[in-house]
Amino acid sequence: MSKLGTLGARLHHGEVGYDFVKNRKIWYGISILITITAIVGLAVRGLHMGIEFQGGAVFTTPKNMSASVAQAETWAEDASGHDAIVQKLGDGSLRIQISGTDTQQSDQIKEDLSQKLDVPAEKINADLVGPSWGDQIANKAWQGLGIFMVLVVIYLAIAFEWRMALAAFVALVHDITITVGIYALVGFEVTPGTVIGLLTILGYSLYDTVVVFDSLKEQTKDITKQTRWTYAEIANRSINSTLVRSINTTVVALLPVAGLLFIGGGVLGAGMLNDISLSLFVGLAAGAYSSIFIATPLVADLKEAEPQMKSLKKRVLAKRAQASAKGEEAPAAADEAPYAEDGTDDAAAAVVGPRNQPTSRGRGRGRPSGKRR
Amino acid sequence: MVAPKKGKNASAQSKPGRSLALILIAIVALTGGMFASGHTTPRLGIDLAGGTSITLRAVPEAGQESAINKTNMDTAVEIMNRRVNGLGVSEAEVQTQGDRNIIVNIPKGTNSKEARQQVGTTAKLYFRPVLATELSGANATGTPSASETGGASDKATDKATDKATDKDKATDGDKASGTPSDSASASATTQGRAASDALKADPSPSATSSDGASPSPSASGDDSAAKLQQQYAVLDCTDENARAKAGDGAKPSEQTVACGQNSQGQWQKYILGAAAVDGTEVDEAEAVYNTQSGAGWTVTMKFTDEGSKKFADITGKLAKNQSPQNQFAIVLDNEVVSDPYVSQALTGGSAEISGSFDQEEAQSLANMLSYGALPLTFKEDSVTTVTAALGGEQLKAGLIAGAIGLALVVLYLLFYYRGLSFIAVCSLLVSAGLTYVIMALLGPTIGFALNLPAVCGAIVAIGITADSFIVYFERVRDEIREGRTLRPAVERAWPRARRTILVSDFVSFLAAAVLFVVTVGKVQGFAFTLGLTTLLDVVVVFLFTKPLLTLMARRKFFASGHKWSGLDPKALGAKPPLRRTRRPSRPAAGPVDPKEA
Repeated sequence: MSKLGTLGARLHHGEVGYDFVKNRKIWYGISILITITAIVGLAVRGLHMGIEFQGGAVFTTPKNMSASVAQAETWAEDASGHDAIVQKLGDGSLRIQISGTDTQQSDQIKEDLSQKLDVPAEKINADLVGPSWGDQIANKAWQGLGIFMVLVVIYLAIAFEWRMALAAFVALVHDITITVGIYALVGFEVTPGTVIGLLTILGYSLYDTVVVFDSLKEQTKDITKQTRWTYAEIANRSINSTLVRSINTTVVALLPVAGLLFIGGGVLGAGMLNDISLSLFVGLAAGAYSSIFIATPLVADLKEAEPQMKSLKKRVLAKRAQASAKGEEAPAAADEAPYAEDGTDDAAAAVVGPRNQPTSRGRGRGRPSGKRR
Repeated sequence: MVAPKKGKNASAQSKPGRSLALILIAIVALTGGMFASGHTTPRLGIDLAGGTSITLRAVPEAGQESAINKTNMDTAVEIMNRRVNGLGVSEAEVQTQGDRNIIVNIPKGTNSKEARQQVGTTAKLYFRPVLATELSGANATGTPSASETGGASDKATDKATDKATDKDKATDGDKASGTPSDSASASATTQGRAASDALKADPSPSATSSDGASPSPSASGDDSAAKLQQQYAVLDCTDENARAKAGDGAKPSEQTVACGQNSQGQWQKYILGAAAVDGTEVDEAEAVYNTQSGAGWTVTMKFTDEGSKKFADITGKLAKNQSPQNQFAIVLDNEVVSDPYVSQALTGGSAEISGSFDQEEAQSLANMLSYGALPLTFKEDSVTTVTAALGGEQLKAGLIAGAIGLALVVLYLLFYYRGLSFIAVCSLLVSAGLTYVIMALLGPTIGFALNLPAVCGAIVAIGITADSFIVYFERVRDEIREGRTLRPAVERAWPRARRTILVSDFVSFLAAAVLFVVTVGKVQGFAFTLGLTTLLDVVVVFLFTKPLLTLMARRKFFASGHKWSGLDPKALGAKPPLRRTRRPSRPAAGPVDPKEA
């Protein structure tokens, strides 16, 4: 079996594990740092908005143009009276961007260019954008983002609880901030494609978070009925047990996006495919990180503040103190508790909790947990 | 406590055949439908097939923000459709998008520049008095306008199917002129008159203008009159180009020539006087089913104050004239959409056009009349012209990217899940197949067009789909690690995996749905595919992956935990013996599992 599989087994049995929750402060710190950097980057450098957002025209010539970039730039500027940016794409076609023109003017420019470049006008691809189009796309995107967030928070609050909804929300904002920040810092061009990618991250980032939460909810179902572990410890356990899945998901999600990025960037040079996949790639990575390192520890923090969980923690600690008073080996057991082999006892009742079993099935404290395996 | 579980398992396990049969039937039915419909490939969007796509944004007049509503937008779409397709553009499509955008897609090979001019300018609707009209086309061209009246005009009245009557006097009007129209054999289209031969046509426009029909101040000098007559004589309305050019650039205050289609679908040409009422002076127009007078579907118009005066004026003058000069033409973009005749002055500020309309025709005429009153103008927001070469290339790139993505995912699954990946790959293929077939079917049914973002969405969806399998497989593996044998593990893992899959797919679908509803343009195509594939993912996991795994679990290769099955308990680190010795209650577990299976 592959190494990951073995790792999965060990994670499952709690033999190995990383204490995400315990070290959360570090990760919070890192995230806050990244977020601040992103915001500063955004404030200082701003986003490099593409033609679609400023209004203007993008012309793409057929393959294998003989004209040089500089030449084309001069021609384009002469024809339009505005600044032009010309790129030579991988297949030898020229991509000419002219900002600030309106759509009517662009027809004339296209004809001028077709003469200068000696290409029939109908063979030039043109993308003419009015100045308000980008705003409209952006506004709609923001609107969509807002509506989606409200709905998803409501949904998660119903399906899980408000704490989880809040944590998922924070993680989502975190992902988007990071992605936008990276765009600002690196200076990638923002196009409608980028916006599409960014909006897709919404679904994906949450998708990941939801899976971890689902496992968390399941494992903490009967948490108050045991005194072995605190909420934070169980939360940590659920992250670890879904870790393999999280990694797999992220890899599987990134692979097609990588394919897109490769083709979009490598073969087409630029365009929609490239833009979507780039923002997706960045966002997915951030999403995988945040659902593990941010969302769940945050839930643990929020939960631990509950009186119920506080008293549970007290009981757990008391029991451990008692146990350590009793025997020599106990303290060690208590320390390792979340990962210890015999740790499947009460927690297992919670871990494999009866939630998915038919309700008619006998459940309750009296049930020997062992029978179920 | 085991018993109910067993019952559930029994039912769950009896299902796989049925579920698989169900999805198989669905696939066969959909594929059959696809071939039957003759659309075996998804319709391609402009960016993949080449062509021009124009996005227009409605701009309301100041203080009329509420003018952007569905009715107005639909009216605008109908008008634009007329205009674009009037150019002889084949398959140009006009549709609303979001709440204030109209997308005009013009396939490659048509004159996109002209089309842009058409949709970019505001439609103009005028009421002009008819000065002369006759059939135009092969059999009529060359025939100089007849000056004879006599029986022809009677005949015209017989067949006339439109009439304008004062709404208040609707019944009177009907009595007066209703009989011929009711008995008319021709069904009225938006063009009312069904004159099939020579009508009275006054060859001298200047004369008619002095008739008072046209308030045109100076335009009807002899020169321009002769020129107009010349234009009229050569105008062949059956020719698309000629039609499009007819009356091009004519000012409202000038006389002009125009074409229109009569109720038999024949083209008729007109000389029209100067505009008497402007389309913007129509306050509202609607199609009404008139049960009182038995006139069937009619179109009622209300004019603004200014419009009422002008309309009363013109109808008063027209009513005195002989046919066809008692008609006024409703001219939209230099095309006569209707030419009702007037029997008396209509002073009430409202009017009713009756004729043997059917509902659709009445609605369409009403829409056109309202359009003039639309307080909207349309601005070009983006124009994308894609050559067929680039479109093809983008399509190719998208497909290659998809293939690479799929191959990478399959490889990864193969590497990680070994034999189990067979099920995952089958499911992915089923999912991909369903997506393709449904996309192909959605083309003709709801006008879905596959564009580049949609391709992107489909590729990204590979990940989401594969993820559902991962969730389930990991659960199964967890159960095996707990020491279960495969068959119970598969069944026990399912309810939990199912829940996770549903919850996460719901979130994903929510994102897609919100994006689809809220956003515009390219984002929408992407959201649509994402939503579609998320739904299909649920279908495939429920009806295909799970049953297939249940079936496979019965195979020795998987059940025995073959090294290459991806379910080898040893490799997965299952530790049943260790556990069982630990607890006194464990031994019970042994017998329980087989029973469960």
